[in-house]
Amino acid sequence: MKLRSWSLDIKNRDRLLSVGFPILLLALWELAVTLKWLDARFFPAPSTVAIALWNLIVNGELLGPFWLLPGKIRAGDWSGALKVFEEGHLWVSLFRIFAGFLLGAIPGIILGVIMGMNRTIRVAFDPVISAIYVLPKIAILPLVMLVFGIGEISKIVIVGIASFFLVLINTTAGVRDIEPIFFEAGYNYGANRWQMFHHVIIPGALPIIFTGLRLSLGTALIVIIAAEFVAAKFGLGYLIWFSWQTLLTENMFAGLVIIMILGALFTSGLQAIEHRLMPWQREERPATVDVSDVKSAKT
Amino acid sequence: MENRKALDGKNRKEDPYSPKGDTKSVKIRAFGVTKIYPSANEPVYAIRDFNLEVEEGEFLCIVGPSGCGKSTFLRILGGLIAPTSGEVTLLPGKADVPLQSIVFQEYAIFPWKTVIDNVAFGLHMRGFPRQERREIAFDWLRKVGLVGFANSYPHQLSGGMKQRVSIARAFANNPEILLMDEPLGALDAQTRAVLQEELIHLWEDLRKTVVYITHSIEEAVLLGDRVVLMTAHPGTNKSEFWVPFKRPRSFALTSAPEFGRLTYAIWQDLQGEVQKTMEKQR
Repeated sequence: MKLRSWSLDIKNRDRLLSVGFPILLLALWELAVTLKWLDARFFPAPSTVAIALWNLIVNGELLGPFWLLPGKIRAGDWSGALKVFEEGHLWVSLFRIFAGFLLGAIPGIILGVIMGMNRTIRVAFDPVISAIYVLPKIAILPLVMLVFGIGEISKIVIVGIASFFLVLINTTAGVRDIEPIFFEAGYNYGANRWQMFHHVIIPGALPIIFTGLRLSLGTALIVIIAAEFVAAKFGLGYLIWFSWQTLLTENMFAGLVIIMILGALFTSGLQAIEHRLMPWQREERPATVDVSDVKSAKT
Repeated sequence: MENRKALDGKNRKEDPYSPKGDTKSVKIRAFGVTKIYPSANEPVYAIRDFNLEVEEGEFLCIVGPSGCGKSTFLRILGGLIAPTSGEVTLLPGKADVPLQSIVFQEYAIFPWKTVIDNVAFGLHMRGFPRQERREIAFDWLRKVGLVGFANSYPHQLSGGMKQRVSIARAFANNPEILLMDEPLGALDAQTRAVLQEELIHLWEDLRKTVVYITHSIEEAVLLGDRVVLMTAHPGTNKSEFWVPFKRPRSFALTSAPEFGRLTYAIWQDLQGEVQKTMEKQR
């Protein structure tokens, strides 16, 4: 009956490892810079990066002059309040990401369901979509800027295009993945077209649709940073690029940290939504066994 | 839908399968049902020239070797597949209840719906208000002993419980005809015995017309009023046996000598077909 306490121990050990090891790495990095093993001009110490991040916040570069917000709101100056957000790199990038994401994901889901259900449309569209899908989306940024100009629209559109294909392909796969017996059951119990869509197709495809959404949000982040490198005066990509050009490497690293935090927030945010929308997927999975845990594997 | 039109008097006279002075009314009539699937070499018959007549309130079992097309036939009855040729007629009675509902072979209950929403599914599709359909569904959950799981999701249930949900979903829909496609086929022997007995009780209360597909002769004899045997692939009529045992029945019937005699007689008749199937697969 030792098993219980042993499994508890390994849980705590895992937790300690997953927190402790990254801290150890950061400490080593800090130490390496202090001992001049690493060139601080290229690899500023974690503490330097933290200070740079703090400075970016208080001087309004990252979040805009947010301290002006309460006054503007009290004065009812809404366009002024909006302007505060327009001057923060983080808000600008976030707006582009989410506007583009919605622009791409909604039509992606709609066309994906249609392609999943209709053989004719699927067969006709499939080669075109596969051909465009393999194209790195950032490669068509010049084309997008030719069509939509160099303003805000073309950045939203390029994110939208990247999201659209990922969501479309996954939604189609999700609908195709539904067991035919569920359609038979729906039909036999009298579901009409709309009921079939609402009660069978959408819930049946939802897990894979969410895979598409997760992938496309990740891609949206990549695409917008890349687009901001070359064609923007605001945004996290611009912050990183500008910091590199002026050799403010600690600001560059601060930008990377922000992007890492964004990525983590996107993932956990989507997971929370998934959890709410798909309660039937909540499963207590048994603890997985590693190869090293199996005694016979040692021989 | 043209293969399921109601029979008028004139049509009935021409039909070679019309009852001969029988007082009981016919509920299901299938004549010369054939289903051919196109394939690369030659067309494949799933079922060939199959005839069947089921009386109102009869529990009819169809037994045949695996791959003989019995599930195909049930899907034809259920309107999910159209036959290549032949005629299938389900005679509608009352207008306000559905004609037929299927209890499927695998676990065809929706994983994304709670147990009670699964049971209420047919009623929901037919536009019953939420409160009413949940009351009916709850009633059926009580009958199959799943009240405590009303708000659980299927993945939290055992195989036997899932199939209870599937059966309750069909019964709650209150169809005139129940079509059951090996509903207990995937269960272990003990769970299956429990569910067989439950099914007997549910059916004896309501006496709906049932077509029950199974590969188990014992199950067919235990549950059915009549057992129709199908030949090996492509399936067609082999023979049929009346099951004389009185109702109400229970699992105790399986220990009676007459039960053994009848199942053995059926087995002797079916044996050759099973042999053929095995030889073909080799």
